Amino acid sequence: MNLDVNGSVKQVDVDGETPLLWALRDGLGYTGTKFGCGMAQCGACTVHLDGKAVRSCVLPVSATQGKKVTTIEGLSADGSHPVQQAWAEADVVQCGYCQSGQIMSAAALLAEKPDPSDDEIDLAMAGNICRCGTYQRVREAVRRAISVKRAAR
Amino acid sequence: MSLSRRELLGTGAGLVIAFHMPRTGRAAAMQPPKPKTDPNAFIHISPDDTVTVQIGHSEMGQGNWTGLAMLIAEELECDWSKMKVEHSPAAQAYAHLEFGIMAVGGSSTMRTEFGRYREVGAMARDMLVRAAATKWKTSAKHLRTENGFVLNGKEKISYGALADAAMQLPPPKEVKLKKKADWKYIGKQVRRLDTPEKTNGSAKFGIDVQFEGLRTALVARAPVFGGKVVSFDASKAKAIKGVEQVVQVPTGVAVIAKNFWAAKLGRDALTINWENGPVVDSEKQWAEYRVLSTKPGDQAAKPAGDVDAALGSAAKKVDAVYEAPYLAHATMEPLNCTVKIENGECELWVGTQFQQIDQGAAAKILGITPDKVKVHTPFLGGGFGRRGSPRADFVSEAVQVAKAAGVPVKTVWTREDDMRGGYYRPAFLHRISAGLDAKGKLIAWKHVAVGQSIMKGTIFEPMMVKNGIDPTSTEGAADSPYFEAAKARSFGLHTTVNPVPIHFWRSVGNTHTAFAMESMVDELAYAAGQDPLEFRLALLAEKPRFANVLKTAAQMGGWGTPLPEGRGRGLAVHESFGTIVAQCAEVSVDAVNKTIRVHKVAAAIDCGMAVNPLAVEAQVQGSIVYGLTAGLYGEITLKDGKVEQSNFHDYQMLRLPEMPKVEVKIIDSGEKMGGVGEPATPPIIPAVANAVYAITKQRLRTLPLRLA
Repeated sequence: MNLDVNGSVKQVDVDGETPLLWALRDGLGYTGTKFGCGMAQCGACTVHLDGKAVRSCVLPVSATQGKKVTTIEGLSADGSHPVQQAWAEADVVQCGYCQSGQIMSAAALLAEKPDPSDDEIDLAMAGNICRCGTYQRVREAVRRAISVKRAAR
Repeated sequence: MSLSRRELLGTGAGLVIAFHMPRTGRAAAMQPPKPKTDPNAFIHISPDDTVTVQIGHSEMGQGNWTGLAMLIAEELECDWSKMKVEHSPAAQAYAHLEFGIMAVGGSSTMRTEFGRYREVGAMARDMLVRAAATKWKTSAKHLRTENGFVLNGKEKISYGALADAAMQLPPPKEVKLKKKADWKYIGKQVRRLDTPEKTNGSAKFGIDVQFEGLRTALVARAPVFGGKVVSFDASKAKAIKGVEQVVQVPTGVAVIAKNFWAAKLGRDALTINWENGPVVDSEKQWAEYRVLSTKPGDQAAKPAGDVDAALGSAAKKVDAVYEAPYLAHATMEPLNCTVKIENGECELWVGTQFQQIDQGAAAKILGITPDKVKVHTPFLGGGFGRRGSPRADFVSEAVQVAKAAGVPVKTVWTREDDMRGGYYRPAFLHRISAGLDAKGKLIAWKHVAVGQSIMKGTIFEPMMVKNGIDPTSTEGAADSPYFEAAKARSFGLHTTVNPVPIHFWRSVGNTHTAFAMESMVDELAYAAGQDPLEFRLALLAEKPRFANVLKTAAQMGGWGTPLPEGRGRGLAVHESFGTIVAQCAEVSVDAVNKTIRVHKVAAAIDCGMAVNPLAVEAQVQGSIVYGLTAGLYGEITLKDGKVEQSNFHDYQMLRLPEMPKVEVKIIDSGEKMGGVGEPATPPIIPAVANAVYAITKQRLRTLPLRLA
């Protein structure tokens, strides 16, 4: 199968039924995208498919054909995406395992809605579980990223 | 240099003192030998001025990666922007100063390392200054240090340029540490050092280990704890593309494949006949526990007075039974361990809280000495106790798999494996009868607890279990100021035995004792017709530190001030790991959907001194989420011996929309430093339960909290 990941097309030796998550991790070595539940319950595996947040643990590779996949490694070249910056400023991470998924969900939200309401933020982030309990700072960081983007407009 | 690096890093015999010493036993603990400290084992300065700190205390989210580096930077006076941290190899030089082996647990890292890591920084600074003095042919006393440089008047040399020469010098025998007033880092809000890699996908967790020739294994384990494989048919599994081997191991049947997905499909295709062990059923277990709790049990605290007579004469008596179920840790990173066995040596890559126990377990299985087992510690995707296994359970299994397979293998658990794999917070029952006199003063407290012992049957048993009492079963209750406030009191413990594997779970026994103690005290306040805050403060009259923390949280939470319609407040205060935390929870209920919503939590913490207030705040927020998740949702149940839950759809987690607004106040009391990673977990469940009572008059005594 061919996968268009982070701006380049790569060949991966898996069946079309294989979840995108395992094609990325085991097939191509993109280990920033995490395995948490295998049933789209926790959001640790969140990536962008044509810019929209999807759970890669339940998405067959075949469903990505002709579409662009972006992983945490491809969000920015140098950690400069406003969401990554906001995450650093709000000192969000703890163990860090869920954070790729959190950041990808937040980045997709901001790409779609530059000025989301608090309820829209909550809804967009509801699919991402953080067992360390970083939610309060996740909220703060999303709002910070929104205001940075707003100021840049 | 007085000690070679090899000597320092050699694998010592590691005297195990205790993993988690409840406060009653702490003073009596044996003193472990203090490892010799050489700054070269902890600090490496490169020619480019990078300062790399080696830490033996695994980073699993709690922030010691940053906190320990702050202690070094404080005394070394290096450039914070050039600070890097690495997990050390498994070696005695990095042993926990109280436990005697490398360990992260008991909320103890900053408390126990506050001296050593500052000393190491000061020693390295002294060596750099002496190296500079030699270079400038002057006396060290004329020199000063600042931000990674040694300064001599207007001249300066960077630490990187001095590092080689400094490393050759003998470490000083004594160093003078800075005064508190001169601290630049300690006590300041410092952001985490591990943020860049944890926000760009490059942080490596155990599950991310990859190298040429590495295979992935999934293990099919017995559906009933203690079950054994009778026979299995692997033909369908072996037909899956990518599956290479199917092998039997002591814990089940392992499918070894080129990658995770093939191993998963292969395991799904296995047919196994199991012989079940004894079958546990939660309903029956609770019925047994309830009967047991009416009997005296083993004496778990020194009794006082005649408690039955005092209860008989009490003007008011409250009888209650509190029940807390088994709980899974559900770390976000599922358990995993990578093992490579080659030429009589072994390498482990594992997110672990106990490197040396894993090292010893692997050595034993392979019939080699521990020094032939090299342990690499990647980041831990959560620990909460699960990754500190006195039995090295998941590491031993992974070593067995790699040994049987004859190739390097990463054994990975799925979420279902983790949820059903045991090593839970033990289910506990507390039966309490308490009596008040005519003025509403507490006069009697009769307590019986029932549950499994975490320590029994582990290597910690000889040090921890005294006269049959595991203090982790009763901590936070048998030593509670409320219990001690009752003139007539008794405490019985029934230690049950069954095949369900149990384990330390963030804040250990305090998870259930705080619920029982703070719920009962709340019940007594209402029985006495007194304000719950005033009632508690009267009981804490001799405990000013407790009282201060409680008053602070109550004030922050607006205790006694008007609330929006339908809301109520609840209080709780609890000491664990040398730290006192009080919380005031503001709650509402949805009577139709039977849901409990926590809007705000005001939390006050007295941990003596906060090294990094930003990290303390994060730990309090996170501990509240961990406790609240358990209080609202957490329950592992067994039916016919099988665990009924399997994944996050039926073992639910608190999610972001449900996150209360948490306000944290750190009380700088100047008392002895306590722990931070766990102590904010115990109070949240009773604070919420007490708030639910304030609104509904429903006293919820069984966890998780469910409205009638």
